[in-house]
Amino acid sequence: MLLRAENLARRFGGVLAVQDMSFELEPGTVHSIIGPNGAGKTTLLNLLTGIYLPSAGRIFFEERELTGQPPHRYAAAGIGRTFQNLQIFFNMSALENIMAGRWMHERGGLAAALLHLPQLTRAERRCRAEAQALLELVGLARWADAASDAMPYGALKRLEIARALAAEPKMLLLDEPAAGLNPTETREIERLIRALAARGITVVLVEHNMKLVMGVSEHVIVLDDGRKLAEGDPRSVSADPRVIEAYLGAGEN
Amino acid sequence: MASPAAAPPSASRKGLAALAVAVALLPLALPNNYTYDVAILVGLNAIVCVGLNLLIGYAGQISLGHAGFFGLGAYGSAILAARYGWPSLAALCASIGAVALLAWAIGRPILRLKGHALAMATLGLGIIVSVVLATEDRYTGGPDGMSVPPLSIAGYAVTGEHTWYWIVGALLVATVWLAQNLIDSPRGRAWRALHGSEVAAGAIGIDPARHKLSAFVFSAALAAAAGALAAHYSGFITPAKASFMHSIELVTMVVFGGMASSLGAVVGAAVLTTLPQLLTVFKEYEMVLLGAVLMLTMIFMPQGLVPTLEKALAAARGKSR
Repeated sequence: MLLRAENLARRFGGVLAVQDMSFELEPGTVHSIIGPNGAGKTTLLNLLTGIYLPSAGRIFFEERELTGQPPHRYAAAGIGRTFQNLQIFFNMSALENIMAGRWMHERGGLAAALLHLPQLTRAERRCRAEAQALLELVGLARWADAASDAMPYGALKRLEIARALAAEPKMLLLDEPAAGLNPTETREIERLIRALAARGITVVLVEHNMKLVMGVSEHVIVLDDGRKLAEGDPRSVSADPRVIEAYLGAGEN
Repeated sequence: MASPAAAPPSASRKGLAALAVAVALLPLALPNNYTYDVAILVGLNAIVCVGLNLLIGYAGQISLGHAGFFGLGAYGSAILAARYGWPSLAALCASIGAVALLAWAIGRPILRLKGHALAMATLGLGIIVSVVLATEDRYTGGPDGMSVPPLSIAGYAVTGEHTWYWIVGALLVATVWLAQNLIDSPRGRAWRALHGSEVAAGAIGIDPARHKLSAFVFSAALAAAAGALAAHYSGFITPAKASFMHSIELVTMVVFGGMASSLGAVVGAAVLTTLPQLLTVFKEYEMVLLGAVLMLTMIFMPQGLVPTLEKALAAARGKSR
């Protein structure tokens, strides 16, 4: 068991955005979280990365409880993420964005930084090489020295993935990585997700593109109205009458 | 606030070399002690601005109270040396350390605030400092100020504009060097990450509270150092240096010169320290002209003087190729 959520709930004013949510995520697997707009997917992702404190419930990662910890502790535990609305460091180049992602592995001492000691120069060279390799992995090698605010949207989506990977997460949460991408770019993302899974990274995908979800996931959790509606392998979930109802909207009557 | 990507390390090295050459050659253009005095003032303001730029331009946190740290550094050193007879160099170092400690203690609660709330909190901090300095007259001499013994290093008293020029010049170059080293290090990237997106910084394991605090303490210590040096140089200090107006001047210098550019902070300090002296020939129109220069610069160069010029230079170079 990599991650376990127990009876998670999150209240905003009078609205329960997520309630009584329990599930377990196995390591080395591609999971997807799907559901109609407003089902609580992004709220759940923010709970699983410490950005929101749960109103109730507990979160365990590798059997260690993380509930109530700040986001950087979730990151230190090995949970990485990308954002639905881009959160790029626009004040840095593409390469520097990824180098920043190496923070937990390349801190270096204060004295070494201030005095620019050789050990720092060596560490920086290593960090740069690793960042460059990640840029190549996501297919952005030619953008290395580009100012990130000069890059197209599809490239920035992949830059966020590369930055998250730089932190060497055990589990990577992707919040709508294909939103706003054309079919070619979406296939690129699909290829990337498979490559990550092959490296042993547990991927949690929040996505509206059903073709992508059904193509890459081994385990799907369906949310509706803040609750878990169903979970299982893609085929059984897509045959579930409750899921079909939630999606095709028997809600008119 | 969007800010341009920081200059690559090689460009910032060139900037540092240019600054060192400028400091070395400037005396050739300084005809008398008065101009040396202005140059020293520029250097001291520039040291504060380089530190403040780490906080504002790189870490993305505002402070409208940095004159307070300048004032505390100045009075701390002055009081220890004048009232308690400490050797001035020891007083100076102790004062900087104490201000850094104070900044750490105050920064912990107030750096949780963001944007306007942080601006207000640091503004309040600056005002409290200047009121305390003006009213605790047993120690500070009150609004009239107090005299400060000269700086002595290894038994030699440091006096005269020429000696001070070289000390302040060397310290300024050293400050810019240290600041640029920090910016190009993992820690500097953590600061810039906080500016770029605090939520994304947290998601890659950067503790926002801790790194905002380190930028705040570092910049406060530099302000205190400049304040203490200013006190021993001029031999006399008043609470005006710790005033709200001086805090605003410092922020203006940083924004005018160009945020996220150490060289910009130096140029901003140089222009806005000397310009009022140059504009005195226009008598009562002085402030109007100063305001007009500031407004026009911000309208036509919203990123500040140095980043805009760097970009124009790079574009010109691209064309000539």
